[in-house]
Amino acid sequence: MNDPVDVLIIGAGASGAAVAWSLADTKMHILCLDQGGWMNSSEYPSTGRDWEAKFYGDWSTSPNIRGRPEDYPINDDNSPIKVVNFNGVGGSTVMYTAHWPRLHPSDFKVKTLDGVADDWPIDYDALTPFFEENDRMMGVSGLSGDPRSPLTRPPMPPQPLGLSGPLIGKAMNKLGWHWWPSDTTVATMDYEGRARCINLGHCTPACAQGAKASTDITYWPHAIRAGVELKTHCRVREILTNEHGMASGVVYYDKDGVEQFQPAEVVIIACNGVGTPRLLLNSVSGRFPNGLANSSGLVGKNLMFHPYAQIYGFVKEPTDSNRAPPTCLWSKEFYDTDLSRGFVRGYGIQFGRGAGPVFEAVASEQKGILPWGADHHRVFRKLNGHRLGVSAICEDLPEEHNRVTLDPVLKDSHGIPAPKIDYTISENSRKMMAHGLARGKEILEAAGATDLCINDPIPWGGWHLLGTARMGTDPARSVVNEWGRSHDVKNLFIVDGSVFVTSGGVNPTSTIQAIALYVADQMKQRLANLFD
Amino acid sequence: MSAPNELTSAQRDDLRIVAAMIVPASDEYKVPGADDPAIQADMLATLGRDTALVREALDHLARLSGKPLADLDPVRRDAVAQEFRASGGAAAATLVRVMLQCYYRDDRVLRSLGLELRAPFPQGYTLEQGDWSLLDPVKAKPPNLRRAT
Repeated sequence: MNDPVDVLIIGAGASGAAVAWSLADTKMHILCLDQGGWMNSSEYPSTGRDWEAKFYGDWSTSPNIRGRPEDYPINDDNSPIKVVNFNGVGGSTVMYTAHWPRLHPSDFKVKTLDGVADDWPIDYDALTPFFEENDRMMGVSGLSGDPRSPLTRPPMPPQPLGLSGPLIGKAMNKLGWHWWPSDTTVATMDYEGRARCINLGHCTPACAQGAKASTDITYWPHAIRAGVELKTHCRVREILTNEHGMASGVVYYDKDGVEQFQPAEVVIIACNGVGTPRLLLNSVSGRFPNGLANSSGLVGKNLMFHPYAQIYGFVKEPTDSNRAPPTCLWSKEFYDTDLSRGFVRGYGIQFGRGAGPVFEAVASEQKGILPWGADHHRVFRKLNGHRLGVSAICEDLPEEHNRVTLDPVLKDSHGIPAPKIDYTISENSRKMMAHGLARGKEILEAAGATDLCINDPIPWGGWHLLGTARMGTDPARSVVNEWGRSHDVKNLFIVDGSVFVTSGGVNPTSTIQAIALYVADQMKQRLANLFD
Repeated sequence: MSAPNELTSAQRDDLRIVAAMIVPASDEYKVPGADDPAIQADMLATLGRDTALVREALDHLARLSGKPLADLDPVRRDAVAQEFRASGGAAAATLVRVMLQCYYRDDRVLRSLGLELRAPFPQGYTLEQGDWSLLDPVKAKPPNLRRAT
């Protein structure tokens, strides 16, 4: 048996890294287990001539397509939106667009303001210092002063507008609609050991320059220097409990596939909205027959994805194509509830700068706008390097029938039951998506775009995995309390996107990490009576 | 006979023919067709995890044509290709994607498109700042962030 540790963290991604770093100053013995390994930036796609092809295979955003040894399969056949993620040190911060909005203050009071879903048990102000601390640690670029977003103070200037940004800005000004340069975790200047962005373009499947923040190059070096231990290629199968109903440690498979038991005084789960409920549901015992921390029956339920309604088109002017980070601007014009639109809540807009030649050829052929035969070359030259994109990130409201369960058949390479997703897009979300597509059409037409195409939803767009172990003060209606501790198991904490009560209409990683830092701070303040 | 991860001779022949139908050579743009030997060799060498679906697509194509594509008259061949595109599903989409990802990394094709023959890293690209004055009308509007209470 391994020596006991004070704190065991499961998952070395966005939230696991943040909570590890924050707790390190307690000088407790902290161990993190991750099913993946350290990344090697020399192997990232943009280092090779076949950089675009890798996106369809070894560097696919879908774990089911990618199939790395670190990945586990996910049965998402019963969902129009497929789960995308990355497994390894850094987790999905290795493979994300680096778009960095925060949830708005109003997002924490949805029930009070709009009469739907539930209010969070915490508010924006509680997270403010942790948003700011996280922005410093991750290294954020952007422009302070957005009149329709919470105030941020990015330590680096925004990305250049490039060729695409002014085309979008002019169109938005013509319509009189809000737009603003996005906060991103792309370093626009040298920053704490990270080199500035050199516009490799292929940011999403990992940044070879290290300009895009991922926690393997931001939080983890600091946490390890501060004494946190990180063991890689260790896949946790289940959390065990003792006769007092407390977590006693975890069973995991080490890098050689050998089953191990790791005892711990405190267990923190940081596996995000699919991995966390999977682990809890796999941790069944006589005391917890329906899975750990599941007396509410809500573990795995209320899965929220953010359906993405995307429309794109092609302008006469050249756009940035693959020669810039893919995202640069956002709009909050339709973020807040306006019932005259026929739906409640709203969506953020994320603009896309363009695409590389292989992606353009494949996508346009599939959409039927790139012909076969003699006219192929003429049309391709009209499309390639001329794309502008508009994506509505629609707020997904919690619904219990949208859920993560255990697949009765599918297992990972260690024989651990795999997650199964059952998810439908709600009528409210459908109306919101239609509104987003209609506004996107207006924006693109104002920019002079033609050959408009839609993805409704983006099928492989399940980036944001939220709500499956929600936070709340009522143990009957939530899985963890207002500071991340399980209602049922007093030494078990959850710090990832699964604690979200509602989803907002923005990319969630900034808020996920702020919550992780907030929970760590709450734990530090309560060390003397953490289990009371 | 062929190894499990290879195509038969007949399949390779059909692949070459259909590739030329999708992306033919062009004197105007000074580019080869997707049936070019170097591009075909790249496809065959990098099929990898896509082999099974590409084989499935070529089997479907063979069923539609009833004989080698090369033996069909042009009108019938076009009809088969259109039917293949319409009914081939994920397998046909994979074949087309594999072909396009090899075609659009060929030096001659990239040169014709005015693109550099290199990986993005380590040189990267230069991104111009653009006209920041476009943001002035947005800055001029009063703050409008919904209150939480």
